[in-house]
Amino acid sequence: MPVDSAVQLVPALLDLPFREGYVRSIIVVSLYVSVLAVTLSTLVSVPVAVLLGFADFPGKRFVKSVINTGMGFPSVVVGLVVLFAVSNQGPLGSLNLIFTKEAMIMSQFVLATPPITAISLAAITGVDDGVRDAARVLGGTRLDVALVVLKEARYGIATAILAGFGRAISEVGSVLIVGGNITSADGISKTRTLTTAIQLEARQGQYQTAMVLGAVLVALVLTVNAVVVRFGDRGVQS
Amino acid sequence: MSIHRRRFVAALGAGAVASTAGCTQLGIGGSDDQAAVAGETLTLTTTTSTYDTGLLDEIHTDFEEMYGVTVDAVAQGTGAALESARNGDSDVVMVHARGLEDEFLRNGYGVNRRDLMFNDFVIVGPESDPAGIQGMDSATEALTAIADAGATFVSRGDNSGTHTKELNLWEAAGTEPGGDWYQETGTGMGEALNVANQQGAYTLSDRGTFISQRSEVDLTILVQGPIEDGPEILANPYGIMVVNPGVHENANYDLGMAYIGWITSPGVQSSISEYQVNGEQLFFPEAVSEDPDFQQYVPEGWSSDGSDA
Repeated sequence: MPVDSAVQLVPALLDLPFREGYVRSIIVVSLYVSVLAVTLSTLVSVPVAVLLGFADFPGKRFVKSVINTGMGFPSVVVGLVVLFAVSNQGPLGSLNLIFTKEAMIMSQFVLATPPITAISLAAITGVDDGVRDAARVLGGTRLDVALVVLKEARYGIATAILAGFGRAISEVGSVLIVGGNITSADGISKTRTLTTAIQLEARQGQYQTAMVLGAVLVALVLTVNAVVVRFGDRGVQS
Repeated sequence: MSIHRRRFVAALGAGAVASTAGCTQLGIGGSDDQAAVAGETLTLTTTTSTYDTGLLDEIHTDFEEMYGVTVDAVAQGTGAALESARNGDSDVVMVHARGLEDEFLRNGYGVNRRDLMFNDFVIVGPESDPAGIQGMDSATEALTAIADAGATFVSRGDNSGTHTKELNLWEAAGTEPGGDWYQETGTGMGEALNVANQQGAYTLSDRGTFISQRSEVDLTILVQGPIEDGPEILANPYGIMVVNPGVHENANYDLGMAYIGWITSPGVQSSISEYQVNGEQLFFPEAVSEDPDFQQYVPEGWSSDGSDA
């Protein structure tokens, strides 16, 4: 049965009712927004996770539960909050960010940061205490110890980044609200991503084309995962 | 290709204008052969029905080339489209719910309203027609029959123009919809048609969306709108307004007015009437008329002597 539907998808792929460059442009927008958002999230999340993993301070448990709660934020709510921020009437209104990729990056940043932080933190605290002790005994500074632990935790951190990427590229609620799902009249995406394109096709009852775009999205996520895992393996050899 | 090249040239033109801005200051014409608005972006919030039928993509290329600008069309549904404009997040709104448009005008958010085009609503349902409404020439009687029969009716439930029309129809019919048979989906027209199709239910649809989706669903038109001699109450007029620059000073008023001027021009109005899906005309232009029509500029029923309610 899966083989049958896969075979049926092939002619559909060849005969998509889209103009030239359309699918390509929505893939580019999806990747641009999600990769940038996840990169920014990682730059914030990993240092925060290291801090939480090494330092003890009052309110640490509270910070942890805030982060864990953040993993469950509905993307639509995040979209609404970002909309209020970037809307003309909002605090960032003068920057004219509404219906732009930058606004989409903002909302995906908010969505991706909690899972990346939480999973990185789990990976860091999961590193065997012996590794820390050994690094300390060998005369490492606090920074050295942190770097050693980070190296040990790299698989977990890669998983964290992939989880964040997965959340970012597959969410539809917030990018639809703050991005507006816009293409130009010649069918080149401005703020339309794969997910919002799927939503648009589904809205019109074009379930078959929606499925094809869904397959493209899965293939894309699979490729990104493969690339990241490959990088991780290379890291082991060096 | 030619489109891209033209855009590139337009961008060059805009760059030239910017680089000489010190000399020309706020010269009205900009450079000799390039409009002063070149390179700007017009944000148009509109309904799913104008967007999903493909009409806007079809006609917008012409406007973009003429002015060297980009039109960002955001398909939101009437309620959301007006809300975006109210927040100053769009420059022009193209919607289809006169009551909501009038409220928008009265609150000072919109100016220069024009009647743009119309089509009509139709009541669609399964061929088996359990409530027996086929061929009725009153939409309200048809709805009453559906309610009396307790036949499933799918409502958009999303504050869209179609939803607003549906609620007005129930009110006119003197029936309060509710109960198991009345289902609010909170989705776009296309999805609502699909839900109705799955459940063998009735729904109210704009003719354009129904035509563009007819091949996908087993629903049929049971009560026609005024285009096919149905009741006038099912008329579906689209209006267009620019956001009031007095309220939102960073709204792109110049370009918005250029857009309204362009889309209500005889040439574009005839492009709208020539636009077809599955061999059928979807929209009927009404901006160009020999006779004056003052009501299009003001809230319905407004008059300067204060007799307005």
